[in-house]
Amino acid sequence: MNAPWSDVVTAVLVLLAALMCLAAGVGLLRFPDVLTRLHSATKPQILGLMAVTLDIAVTNFSVGTVTLVVAIVLFQALTAPMAAHLVARASYQTDHLRPDLLVIDELRNARG
Amino acid sequence: MSARRERLAAAVNQLPLFLGLVLLWALLWGKFSWLNLLTGVIFAAVVSIVFYLPAVQLSGRLNLWRTVWLFGKLLFDIVRASIDVSWLALGPRYTPSNAIVAVHLRTRSDLILTWTAVATSIVPGSIVVDIERVDSTLYLHVINMPDVAATEKFRSRVLATERRIVLAFGSAEDVERVSRVRAEEDVRRGLDQVAGPHTPADPQNGAQA
Repeated sequence: MNAPWSDVVTAVLVLLAALMCLAAGVGLLRFPDVLTRLHSATKPQILGLMAVTLDIAVTNFSVGTVTLVVAIVLFQALTAPMAAHLVARASYQTDHLRPDLLVIDELRNARG
Repeated sequence: MSARRERLAAAVNQLPLFLGLVLLWALLWGKFSWLNLLTGVIFAAVVSIVFYLPAVQLSGRLNLWRTVWLFGKLLFDIVRASIDVSWLALGPRYTPSNAIVAVHLRTRSDLILTWTAVATSIVPGSIVVDIERVDSTLYLHVINMPDVAATEKFRSRVLATERRIVLAFGSAEDVERVSRVRAEEDVRRGLDQVAGPHTPADPQNGAQA
């Protein structure tokens, strides 16, 4: 049986993570174009993932868990921006964007 | 002789990255043992030889406190921006208004450019669309930008991130460059208050509409 404080930590962190995933899912449906949806698809999860892994590290504390958690978060933090960038670049270059949603487009201004 | 010394210097320069690979191997196994260390060294050597990449120019400078501050602030930004983006998705009134902003960084180092790009796009709300390596320019798609004034604020946030990264582990030359621009901005801001508010703080980074 776990100590009660560790249950509280688990409840808070896992709920936070679930909320982030929910927001990501809702954002995917509600946001209007590829680039905006990308924000929702790639970003809120990083906090969700951190919360879940932090919970695991706190409740099953050992050196092995902590190092694995660090590795997971590090890799996610390094790879998620790359994936987002590749999709964003591809969608921009193939005109899969809605210029009417942009208040300013300095890439177009720069490239002509 | 000198070629040999150069090669030795290059190997020493790559040593931190090599050790990083060995450490990563140990992290993945979750425990330290001599066998892990040995296989880690072998795998790191195989990976660096088989997947050969151009050498990363490390600055050889590291300020521990600035690094801690950098990651602390980054974590804080991630938490705050995650809540912002989630609220945007879940909140009742959502009107899409985005921007693609060009940020001219002051560094000329590939490593700092990469760090800034990753650090900026790991924070929710901004994605790197394109990078111009020649003049260290990031083109970022930013969510929830109601007007051009908001993009100016965002731009100064990215420049502040770059500044924190440079101060943490940039080269002395970059540190000098970043602080010089900062000093010029302060002077210009002083002048702005006399001349009027609508002069862009940095001519390179002014609104390009």
